[in-house]
Amino acid sequence: MGQTIIEKIIAHNIGRESVKPGEIVTVNVDRVMLDDIMMPFIVNKFNEMGFKKVWDPDKVVMIYDHLVPASQQDDVRHYKVGDAFAEKYGMKHVHRSDGICHQLMTEAGYVKPGDVVFGTDSHTTTYGCVGAFSTGIGYTEMAGILGTGTLWVKVPETIRVEINGTLPENVMSKDVILRIIGDLGADGATYRALEFSGSAIENMTVASRMTMANMAIEAGAKCATFTPDEKTAEYCEIELNDFQKNLKGDADAVYLKTLKYQAEDFVPVMACPSQVDKIRNVTEVEGTVIDQVFLGSCTNGRLEDLRSAAEVLDGKKVAPFVKMIVTPASRKVYEEALREGILEKLIEAGAIVTHPGCGLCCGRTGGILSDGERVVATNNRNFLGRMGTSKVEIYLASPKTAAACAIAGKIVNP
Amino acid sequence: MEQFTGRVWVLGDDIDTDIIIPTEYLALKTIEDMKQYGFSPLRPELAGQIQPGDIIVAGKNFGCGSSREQAPEVVKALGIRCVIAKSFARIFFRNSINNGLLLIEQPDLHDHVKEGDTITVTVNQDVDHNGEKYPIASLPDNLVEILNAGGLVKAMQKRNGIHK
Repeated sequence: MGQTIIEKIIAHNIGRESVKPGEIVTVNVDRVMLDDIMMPFIVNKFNEMGFKKVWDPDKVVMIYDHLVPASQQDDVRHYKVGDAFAEKYGMKHVHRSDGICHQLMTEAGYVKPGDVVFGTDSHTTTYGCVGAFSTGIGYTEMAGILGTGTLWVKVPETIRVEINGTLPENVMSKDVILRIIGDLGADGATYRALEFSGSAIENMTVASRMTMANMAIEAGAKCATFTPDEKTAEYCEIELNDFQKNLKGDADAVYLKTLKYQAEDFVPVMACPSQVDKIRNVTEVEGTVIDQVFLGSCTNGRLEDLRSAAEVLDGKKVAPFVKMIVTPASRKVYEEALREGILEKLIEAGAIVTHPGCGLCCGRTGGILSDGERVVATNNRNFLGRMGTSKVEIYLASPKTAAACAIAGKIVNP
Repeated sequence: MEQFTGRVWVLGDDIDTDIIIPTEYLALKTIEDMKQYGFSPLRPELAGQIQPGDIIVAGKNFGCGSSREQAPEVVKALGIRCVIAKSFARIFFRNSINNGLLLIEQPDLHDHVKEGDTITVTVNQDVDHNGEKYPIASLPDNLVEILNAGGLVKAMQKRNGIHK
């Protein structure tokens, strides 16, 4: 019997021919990601559990991003606890100001196709973009993995999403995943894997796939999987081995259901306040006046996102009453955008460019909003209170839509 | 069979972890420092009203959003005996079990219960609301093991030969 991508990854990981949805198995962890905000909690739990060493320090990646640079005096404690932990147990992969964890994990080469990866952040689903099984866990389970190198998982059922054709010029992969979340609902993929396929997916860049994998959690999914191809191999700087090449859903694999889309049917959309699955065509909410635009995050802070926005903004100006905040996802993205002249275009148009990090997306720093304000944002959550007070309205959109709205000072179709 | 009775707080669908404990309070030193802000974006007064032994009854997808384990820890620290929802988000579910917070999936109770009502839970059997019994399922064995050990930390201590 055929298998889905996630079934192949789990079976390979535990040295079996196949696994079935519903089975509870113990996987061997290839890599873990620990972020700064959870650091003191992870270290406390690890110590409480009584472990004397970390199972494999080389497999541990520690990334300071939510609290960098510090916005509250006590934030510094998180770096100190992390640094001391890394020193004591011999962890070498510590990123103190290089960017957002989910950007760095694949960008810096820590995740390869077929790997099993866990992180202390829900958007760990992002690494499915290169064909890995990756998902978010809490700090107690992370402490357990640090001691044992293993974790129990239930093999998920798979929902297949097939998209064929060519996307319209003004539609980005963000619009695609928002539409899918709207169709599935915020809990439509809970406990399940989302597997993406079809010619529109094959034609996407790894960065565009990343946006989709990142937001799979917003439909409740355990993970998102994409078939690794030549673009993946180039991005990961590897040659695909036979196992990796075979990471595609078999024709006779069993799926919980299949959603089929024609790429030409997609239009620019927004997730309206305050549910990720409250999806409307941009044309339905056109004219709504805005106060701020945010371009950034692990969802849409990559080079192609900044480039798309810069193309829309080139030679134009952000509306005088709008603050447009641009946050590159990593130092590397920042450098490349600088070299390519993208940042110059954005700044000339009137945008503010901030340091890479999680800052505004999680409502911590760099442009938090207040009662009655409205923001068009490219990140992944529009929950109550996410980017400021609970009376802020957050509209989630693609970089192209966000840039068009910044110029108009109101919601407009790109 | 373990049985307990509690007063009910009713919440809606998709109660996310940013509502349960907003990011701005996540880096406070202890869960005790954080718990006063529990549910503050939605109901700022709720954390001060919850009494030990109370029960939350919610709609679908309770605990969706981030992986922050502070969320179930805050719910537990507020004294909530258990959360009964139509469904739970997966990371919140794992985090709750690992911290010994009992979660119960029950599809119908939410549509019939009112805030302030009293219900009686018989674990692995049913929820009694004014004599009406709503059946509940048992947890898988590996989760019962973690719950019985008193959470994942205690299970790991046992593995490491530490007896506390």
